[in-house]
Amino acid sequence: MIRFDRVRKAWPAPDGGQVVALDGVDLHVEVGQIVALIGPSGCGKTTTLKCINRLVEPDSGRVEVGGVDISTMEATALRRRIGWVIQKGGLFPHMTVAQNIGLLPKLVGGTDPARVDELLELVRLSPRHFRDRYPSELSGGQAQRVGVARALVQDPEILLMDEPFGALDPVTRRQLHVEFKGLLERVAKTVVLVTHDMAEAFAMADRVVFLEAGRVVQDGTPEELRAAPATAEVASFLEAL
Amino acid sequence: MILWVAAALAQDEPVVVGSKTFTESRLLGEVMAQLIEGRTEIPVERKLGLGGTTIVYGALESGEVDLYPEYTGTGWAVHLGIEEPVRDPLRAFGVVQQRFRDERELLWLAPFGFNNTYAMALRDEVAAEHGITKVSELAGHPELRAGVSHEFLEREDGWPGLAEAYGLQVDELRGMDHGLAYEALRSGEIDLIDAYSTDGKLARFPVRVLADDLRYFPPYDCAPLVRADLLERHPELGPLLGELAFSLSDAEMAELNAAVEVDGRAFEEVAASFLSEQGLLDAAAVAEGPDTNRDADLGTFVAARTDLLLRLLGEHLALTGTAVLLAILTAVPLGVAVSRRRALRPLLTVAGVLQTIPGLALLALLIPLLGLGWANAIAALFLYALLPILQNTATGLDEVDASLLEAGRGMGLTEGQLLRHVLLPLAMPTILAGVRTSTVISVGVATLAAFIGAGGLGEPIVTGLALNDTRLVLLGAVPAAALAVLVDLGLAALGRAATPRGLRT
Repeated sequence: MIRFDRVRKAWPAPDGGQVVALDGVDLHVEVGQIVALIGPSGCGKTTTLKCINRLVEPDSGRVEVGGVDISTMEATALRRRIGWVIQKGGLFPHMTVAQNIGLLPKLVGGTDPARVDELLELVRLSPRHFRDRYPSELSGGQAQRVGVARALVQDPEILLMDEPFGALDPVTRRQLHVEFKGLLERVAKTVVLVTHDMAEAFAMADRVVFLEAGRVVQDGTPEELRAAPATAEVASFLEAL
Repeated sequence: MILWVAAALAQDEPVVVGSKTFTESRLLGEVMAQLIEGRTEIPVERKLGLGGTTIVYGALESGEVDLYPEYTGTGWAVHLGIEEPVRDPLRAFGVVQQRFRDERELLWLAPFGFNNTYAMALRDEVAAEHGITKVSELAGHPELRAGVSHEFLEREDGWPGLAEAYGLQVDELRGMDHGLAYEALRSGEIDLIDAYSTDGKLARFPVRVLADDLRYFPPYDCAPLVRADLLERHPELGPLLGELAFSLSDAEMAELNAAVEVDGRAFEEVAASFLSEQGLLDAAAVAEGPDTNRDADLGTFVAARTDLLLRLLGEHLALTGTAVLLAILTAVPLGVAVSRRRALRPLLTVAGVLQTIPGLALLALLIPLLGLGWANAIAALFLYALLPILQNTATGLDEVDASLLEAGRGMGLTEGQLLRHVLLPLAMPTILAGVRTSTVISVGVATLAAFIGAGGLGEPIVTGLALNDTRLVLLGAVPAAALAVLVDLGLAALGRAATPRGLRT
């Protein structure tokens, strides 16, 4: 479904040199799998995620989605096939919940008024109470639920989530982990999730990919990581559990 | 055939008579206009009261105006920029006439006869007592109390130079406002003042103007300054305007100025009666001018001008509205471009520089391009309105949270959709604040439009300032100020209404 082949990306550094973000990343995500990208700050996990919907263009290497090199596809067309969820939901503050969710269908010309309510039900928000609220009238958890509903509106094959629960308090977070794990299995999407929280990774993901300094240092099931951490960094992340 | 059409068009093209803002210039403009109207078939257009020498002269050079009354001293020092002072009026006229004709195709016709320069005026009583008629006779009278304008007191070619040239010395010398000086003279507090030699007040206050017998003050003889091509088109105008030559002495000009400024008579009426007294025009041709009776109370004064006020208000709104609308249509897209491309940032600086050009200077600069009137005024207002809208559009867009842009791009919005559905709505309150600033500035600056004949509420202000008539000034200034406040409040309310509910705090 998603395949990375020796993907490299470097950013210009303030001193005139370069900071290597991705140093030859290889990755393979199967259809229907939920994969968590985890690692310390600056390890390249968010950059890797953004390479999938072309918010970041690699310097070299190749990214494929559904067997097609995405650099040959039109970026907006690609992104419309991929749901995108960011921290705090990334909701547009001047639009109501319904307008936020319905924006893309409205623009591509396929408005089904029932679809918004259906998605609100899916993320367990009562349409009657939430449809016409503005983002400023939502709690953090509610905003995040709306963000997921918005990402699912075009029924994408892939869902990318960039630290979706990062800004929430631990109790809400744990509750959402359980709930979204169920939801993601129900909608049967291929999911790539970025997190810095091993508990979140273990709660949500079928497979955990650990990055350090732009390289994949371990790739396996939660059990495999727990049994044999590949580096000291992986071990220290496991200790926090 | 083409020649014939061109000739026919030239026949119908009016002669445009201009003038500066002050009473004397307007009066002479009106005199020339009535003379041409009364004695030829050529249509006449008046552009009287154009602001300042630069603007009228610019209009003459560009052909927007065909003739206006100008002073030799101004031609010498301002237009030709000759630094050496001139004393001899014949030499001044000769040089100015020759150089304007050879270098600029502008003709100085025969002067009206008066010389509007600095003069010293002595209280009648004192003058009679000592038998003083000339400045040189002031020497040896240190007991005379002098009150002169601050400028005259300081300028090297004012009092200091005069005192040296004539060997004058007075024990008491005060700098004071011109208007106050006349009053102080009347009440006997001072004896000697400086004045302009054709000032209307000289004709109404008990003073004697002293002859400048050493020719200390530079000559400012007044004459029609005419485009050479006008006389090619209408050769008969040369001799006709020539009939005005030497028709006015200093005292007679002062008397005409006083008729308007002190007695409150209309320009048209004063001009017509002058022409009929000179035997240049039938008295029957006198047009009835507007009532400028200074004794009418304010209520009557304003009530008599409701129609005028409404017309001016309409013009003012049309000027401002058009300019701001054009500015929005230009500055919002430019602001978007500036916020998207770093390389375009210098546009903000350019707009900033435009904003620092003084209003009158900008109007004057635009005359060669756009002439006098609407187009010019709107262009100037437009240029002033650009910066606040441009700046606020760029700032408003820059301030939109980067994570929202990424959210929009990530979900598959095109750059255009992102701009329309996310960036512009979020920046709208800031953009509208810029529109509000621009509009309020434009309402204020639009009062300057009157200086180039574009109408608006500045018209009574300019006329009122020239006539020293406070009521006329207020007739323009009060509605202009009220309009600015109303527009500000109205746009603030509109801004609140246009702010999406989710953004209100």
